[in-house]
Amino acid sequence: MRPFLYERADSPERAVQAAASGLSGNPAHVQAASQFIAGGTNLSDLMKIDVMRPEKLVDINPVGGTPAGRIEVSDTGIRFGALVRMAQAEEHPAVKERYPVIAQTLKLAATQQLRNMASLGGNLLQRTRCEYFREVSWPCNKRVPGSGCSALEGINRQHAVLGSSRNCIATYPGDFAQALIALDAMVETMGPGGVRRLRFADLHRPPGDTPHVETALEAAELITAITVPAGPWTRRSLYLKIRDRESYAFALASAAVALDMEGDRVREARIALGGVATVPWRAREAEEALRGKPLDEKTAMAAAEVALAQAAPREHNAFKVPLAKQTIVRALLDAKRMEA
Amino acid sequence: MSVTAPEPKRNMGQPVPRVDARLKVTGEARYPADVPLNNLAHGVLVTSDIARGRIKRLDLAEAKAVQGVIEILTHENARELKPLAFGNAVATSISPLAEPRIWHDGQIIALVLADTYEAAREAAYRVKAEYDTEPPSAGFGSAGTETVLAKDVTETHKEDPAVGDVEAALRSAAVTIDVEYSTPTQHHNPIELFSTTCAWAGDQLTVYEPSQFVYGYKHAVAKQLGIDPRNVRVISQYIGGAFGSKGPMTPRTGIVALAAKRINRPVRCVVTRQQGFTTTTYRAETRHRIRIGATPDGKITGFSHEGWEITSRPDAYVVAGTDTTSRLYGYGAVWTRVNMVKADRNTPGYMRSPPELPYNYALESAMDELAVALKMDPVELRRVNDTMKEPIKGLPYTSRPLMQCYDEAAASFGWSKRNPAVGSMREDDWLIGWGCATAVYPTNMGAAAARVRLSSDGSVRVQTAAHEIGTGAYTVIGQMAAERLGVGIEAVNVELGDTALPPAPVAGGSNTTATVCSTVLKACDAIRDKLFRAAVAAKDSPLAGRDPAQLELRGGTVQAGGASEKLSDLFARMGSGAIEEYAEWMPAGFAPESIQKLYNGTSTLKGGSKGDKMMYAFGAEFVEVRIHARTREIRVPRIVGAFAGGRIMNTRTARSQLMGGMIWGIGSALHEKTEIDPRAARYLNKNISEYLIPVNADIQQLEVILVPEEDREVNPAGIKGLGELGNVGTAAAIAAAVYHATGKRIRDLPIRLENLLST
Ligand SMILES: Cc1cc2nc3c(=O)[nH]c(=O)nc-3n(C[C@H](O)[C@H](O)[C@H](O)COP(=O)(O)OP(=O)(O)OC[C@H]3O[C@@H](n4cnc5c(N)ncnc54)[C@H](O)[C@@H]3O)c2cc1C
Ligand code: SF4
Repeated sequence: MRPFLYERADSPERAVQAAASGLSGNPAHVQAASQFIAGGTNLSDLMKIDVMRPEKLVDINPVGGTPAGRIEVSDTGIRFGALVRMAQAEEHPAVKERYPVIAQTLKLAATQQLRNMASLGGNLLQRTRCEYFREVSWPCNKRVPGSGCSALEGINRQHAVLGSSRNCIATYPGDFAQALIALDAMVETMGPGGVRRLRFADLHRPPGDTPHVETALEAAELITAITVPAGPWTRRSLYLKIRDRESYAFALASAAVALDMEGDRVREARIALGGVATVPWRAREAEEALRGKPLDEKTAMAAAEVALAQAAPREHNAFKVPLAKQTIVRALLDAKRMEA
Repeated sequence: MSVTAPEPKRNMGQPVPRVDARLKVTGEARYPADVPLNNLAHGVLVTSDIARGRIKRLDLAEAKAVQGVIEILTHENARELKPLAFGNAVATSISPLAEPRIWHDGQIIALVLADTYEAAREAAYRVKAEYDTEPPSAGFGSAGTETVLAKDVTETHKEDPAVGDVEAALRSAAVTIDVEYSTPTQHHNPIELFSTTCAWAGDQLTVYEPSQFVYGYKHAVAKQLGIDPRNVRVISQYIGGAFGSKGPMTPRTGIVALAAKRINRPVRCVVTRQQGFTTTTYRAETRHRIRIGATPDGKITGFSHEGWEITSRPDAYVVAGTDTTSRLYGYGAVWTRVNMVKADRNTPGYMRSPPELPYNYALESAMDELAVALKMDPVELRRVNDTMKEPIKGLPYTSRPLMQCYDEAAASFGWSKRNPAVGSMREDDWLIGWGCATAVYPTNMGAAAARVRLSSDGSVRVQTAAHEIGTGAYTVIGQMAAERLGVGIEAVNVELGDTALPPAPVAGGSNTTATVCSTVLKACDAIRDKLFRAAVAAKDSPLAGRDPAQLELRGGTVQAGGASEKLSDLFARMGSGAIEEYAEWMPAGFAPESIQKLYNGTSTLKGGSKGDKMMYAFGAEFVEVRIHARTREIRVPRIVGAFAGGRIMNTRTARSQLMGGMIWGIGSALHEKTEIDPRAARYLNKNISEYLIPVNADIQQLEVILVPEEDREVNPAGIKGLGELGNVGTAAAIAAAVYHATGKRIRDLPIRLENLLST
């Protein structure tokens, strides 16, 4: 680890101010000299292995004492403060009952110890597990723009088959994000330029030619809350996570699904995929393919085919294409069996 | 999963709780990196980013500018360290700071010393190295590797076991199989990080380092430093997991000692998790070709096993598990060969069941394939080929309750309810498969010495430089002394892990309990002898005139018939405060110099197939796997193992070892693999967040059955080692179960869901 300045902030305003005062130029959010630290379960890890070298840390944990640390549930939806801990959200009775997919994406992530520390805001912004990214001596466009991508022709079993570019194929590793993108969540932020609301679907950027620009956030912009609108599909929703071991592992493929059914027919389906894409991934064409159709093995598989139609596998991750399809089918059929 | 210790059966000791359990869970047990020292400086290693080439230039300016940095050792200023010859207590002949050459990824290129760990770590990041890089060979399938016959170049495997004409046997066999298997690179990842702490007092060096062989380290580090070994003391009282990785000494030890001398301060170097992957040892990847021919009723007539193992360029490390596989069943003709494939890698080393885990995985998988080809129950195939004599020279096994293990485990597992048809045992969306395999591990023993003192107050002190690597050594050694000297375990104080104590061999090959308990037994018997003679000789003793051989020592009294005398009275009569005995013990048939070599830091282990009799511990493991019909994730909800290991000193610690072994076995089948980038010969998942082993949720029903066994031939204590046995065979049982569930035979470990998905 390298030396850094440390400052605590107890309100969103002070946090943004503290972060902005350490800035020069207009760097990407993750590359800015000052970084927020919440649970620290991702950032301090990356600092220890020298991948992130912030000059200044703004500790936002005291902001948890503001509305940014609370969960508010109403008939129109749910609002998570960005400093709510994962463990807090997954145990919330209304979340479990009315938005099971959200509770499950949290519960199936990491370990209880990590979830006790980790914040929802930090969770959204956790960085890829690409091994070439996490070891500074490898060329990596995400870490050092223009240096090359070691994973393209390397060991890429864990890498993405959707949303990749020739500059980066790193998987977005998180689970919670799949529930949020499926449910049309919004994100509230505060930055040096003021407050704004953006669609969660617009928060993460596919790598394209700039894999180091991971999000739409400006430097020193703080996520303050995440809102999820209510909808007839949220109760019949679930998260299916397929991984190498039973717990404490990132997804090889995962599906967050939510269904609004009319008898056997799909009025509306929501499908998001994890473990296989460079960003939180909404399978909109697959959702469309199901609209108005009876949900069965055949239609589910047809939707899965549509979802993976654009997949671009590499040497070691081709299995993710059939795996993701099977994950979608299994998740849809399981969700159909749920009581709404 | 039940957590109670098994009830002792015949020839089994009590499940005495670990005497050091409380110290460990409260953090009071002092591991080597916990030892407080005055004026301690901190060392952080810098390791290479390339696997092959030379250091062209090291730029230390930025690193030296970090506040608190004292000194940086590199190949340019620390060349006085002597390269060591590979083998026994020495992990590698590679001597990192002695030359600019890079032999492997993550080789030590500098040690940064600073007042604080933080400063040393920051400065380590700021060391810049430039290299002349050469294209490296990563392993099997890479260009530029060199393949040599193991028997031509190693001391540990001088002969490939063979007998009869295998080709003829295979040609005439009714049923044959010819199959290839592979196992991946694996790393031990003990939870305790590797570390070395060195402190000098004048010319006296004390090394605190987690070590499975303190005497070996003492002599190896003395050689590395070019000093008299009498001036070196190595202390390692608790070790937070080792699994072989702390067996032989790596070059770091001497580097840290040199640093401490250079700056005239004690130095502690704790190796990061990532650096632990490249600066210590690992289990090298292996490949196997097995051919078996059998009669229609399953009698094997020909067995052929060829193995390939990766090693480093300079060192001939080999495990050669054919020593065991060639003798496990009553084959007819046998042919074996072991090859070493030299690549640009660090030297591999022992890892729990070094030969047996990979080689028996191959053999036991092949046995299952043969059973399928024969349409025979796999248990029955083992029964048909069970033997009390190994096939190579016809040597007898001292004991071999293999089929008893199979029968007990099968009964508990419910094997008779298995429908052998592939895919026949489905439950809802889960495909169920059952499989089984043999576990086998040689009974190893070494020469050792121990000092035991019995005091007049009935307290006992046992001293020997054996090692507590987490297995319960303090407890079982204490139990042996308590039993022989007739006192409670709480009266026994055991001291281990210090070269100031009498020597004991490496804690490897599962030999510690057998070796050290035999040695302690000998010392205790000498004490008993003295005591008993004194008791019968004294005229006014209640035991006067009795035959010393009839005396017993129990509950702090010497007894015979109805008469008894309290220990304290006997000592008073003798005018003595304590009796102390120093015993040296060697297994039967050992070369007399073995004990002398031990004092000089070389362990000799014998047993298994290396004598006139075959000495092995056996077991049988049965597993149930469940594989999701769609997404194909593989889980093991149930595993049963039955094991016989001669005398069981303590059913609690024995069960723990076997349970840990079986869980390890599950990991070896489904999870563990160090990924290597073939272009750069570099490890990728150098972290336990990405190097997977089973977690609690992966283990559901696990049963350990201890099968009573008495074997008086192996050693005076009648003990066979159990430390490693449990992870042998598990992977083969799982591979068999995966086949039973899906009809797919996966021969390359680990078995992952992509092997079972149809693309
Ligand atoms: C071994 C391991 C296994 C894991 N397994 C999983 C898993 O299976 N699934 C999964 O989803 N996750 C997993 N995780 C990741 C874990 O969930 C994240 O590390 C955690 O959620 C991050 O939250 P944090 O509060 O600790 O973030 P921090 O580490 O504090 O911050 C992470 C990043 O977010 C930024 N940040 C934090 N809060 C804000 C904010 N409010 N506004 C703007 N920027 C912010 C920080 O500057 C930093 O760059 C695992 C982590 C580990 C170490
Ligand atoms: S996939 Fe992305 S993160 Fe990984 S090496 Fe390539 S550029 Fe870097």
